[in-house]
Amino acid sequence: MTEHVVILGGGTGGTVLANDLADRLEPELDTGDVRVTLVNDDPEHVYKPVWLYVPFGQREPDDGRRPLDELVADAVDLQLDRVSDIDTEAQRLQFDGSAGSVGYDYLVVATGSTLQPDRIPGLREGGHDYYSESGATELRDELLAFTEGDLVLSVIGTPHMCPAAPLEFVMMADDWFRERGLREEVDITYTYPIQRVHGNPHIAEWARPIMEERDIEVETFFNAESVDPEAETITSMEGTELDYDLLVTIPPHAGTDLVEAAGLGDDGWVDVDKHTLEAEAAENVYALGDAAATGVPNAGSVAHYQAGVVGQRLASEIRGRPATATYDGKTLCFIETGMDAASFVEFDYESPPSPAPPSEKLHWSKLAYNESYWLTARGLL
Amino acid sequence: MTDIEPDETVDARGAACPGPLMDLIGKVRSAESGDVVRLLSDNDQSLTDVPEWTDEAGNELIAVEERDDYNAFYVEKA
Ligand SMILES: Cc1cc2nc3c(=O)[nH]c(=O)nc-3n(C[C@H](O)[C@H](O)[C@H](O)COP(=O)(O)OP(=O)(O)OC[C@H]3O[C@@H](n4cnc5c(N)ncnc54)[C@H](O)[C@@H]3O)c2cc1C
Repeated sequence: MTEHVVILGGGTGGTVLANDLADRLEPELDTGDVRVTLVNDDPEHVYKPVWLYVPFGQREPDDGRRPLDELVADAVDLQLDRVSDIDTEAQRLQFDGSAGSVGYDYLVVATGSTLQPDRIPGLREGGHDYYSESGATELRDELLAFTEGDLVLSVIGTPHMCPAAPLEFVMMADDWFRERGLREEVDITYTYPIQRVHGNPHIAEWARPIMEERDIEVETFFNAESVDPEAETITSMEGTELDYDLLVTIPPHAGTDLVEAAGLGDDGWVDVDKHTLEAEAAENVYALGDAAATGVPNAGSVAHYQAGVVGQRLASEIRGRPATATYDGKTLCFIETGMDAASFVEFDYESPPSPAPPSEKLHWSKLAYNESYWLTARGLL
Repeated sequence: MTDIEPDETVDARGAACPGPLMDLIGKVRSAESGDVVRLLSDNDQSLTDVPEWTDEAGNELIAVEERDDYNAFYVEKA
């Protein structure tokens, strides 16, 4: 009997896993004992980290797109469809519209994050973001023409994709305006929902003095409640109001409605065992990457490591052996601290991060990683 | 033991910081003025995080209940 593995979502985690399984289960795929299907709603694979550079005019959105069929091994069935329902009892996925359904023996949910700007009144009209392709290009038009005034970057809620990216944006903006001789004309303010500048205390402690040194103003305990696009103000639940000329936000995030409707977890994130990545509410279901509620950052590196763990576990289960591979919380991030310097952190469930001194070498490593990402997605790195 | 009846409960047991505080803030955000939100957290950091935030936001921390291996925080939205 053929065992059918269905991976829902062809982003970083889903694509790395599909290629990992194509390699690991090659004999079974050859004999037809196993089938692997990757379902994605977009024919192109999107590498989101490119969006950080788009507003500064340094990258094009197309640099972050490649046809999925070029990235995924031939042994994987690629299904370009949007899934509208997950039935974990019947072990079946429903496609949008009349496209039918597909059954699975094992399901891996890798649907990533969605942006929810409408949760904050006025945000859609008043704010910009670089967390979507259209947001990044619209922000580029504003930022390239911005020569004076108040630039406010507000982190609205956590978890959100790439916890380092808000710090990166203000540090890059500071340096970028300095290089262009405009820093005196631009005030930069950074807001964060809790009492420090980052969720992780070690990263917060490292970043705070750098921000002070560089005149980046900080407002902590700032949970945006509403934006008034006419008056150009943003107001927090804590009662602080800030004026802006250019407002950049990290919009509220959620997982996907599908997950909630299927009873797999709240707010669209799948409740999983944080070591095995198995869903708590259903049999034969795994989740990885942003979609899995493990408490670690929503980062591509996390999705990549988790894909390796799920790949090993699935191969063991399919071969009738005990699955022993576990995820230890490993996270790896380069943090841009300007236009030509970056830091680097590595941590896991047990060991806290200790940010490396910023250097030009680390900046080039980040850019080099961005280029070699396509080999990662193919499963070669 | 308090006899306060919460309107909403957020169970953040098992979550690392700042998870519990962010979960509480999320619930308070969608609550009505006067509602009581109960947060269950087994993270010690919540003992300082929660009072600091309620203070800052002008909400009231009406009770903290110590249970065996976690704490229950009752916050009334202003
Ligand atoms: C500006 C920015 C900078 C970043 N920088 C970094 C960085 O430097 N380092 C780092 O490690 N991470 C970074 N990240 C985070 C990283 O991009 C994400 O964490 C990563 O993409 C998560 O991978 P994923 O596979 O879980 O989800 P995604 O890559 O988001 O993929 C989800 C996929 O599922 C598909 N999908 C969703 N719903 C359905 C459905 N119903 N039917 C069919 N398909 C569906 C989507 O189309 C998408 O292809 C950054 C993110 C942003 C926004």
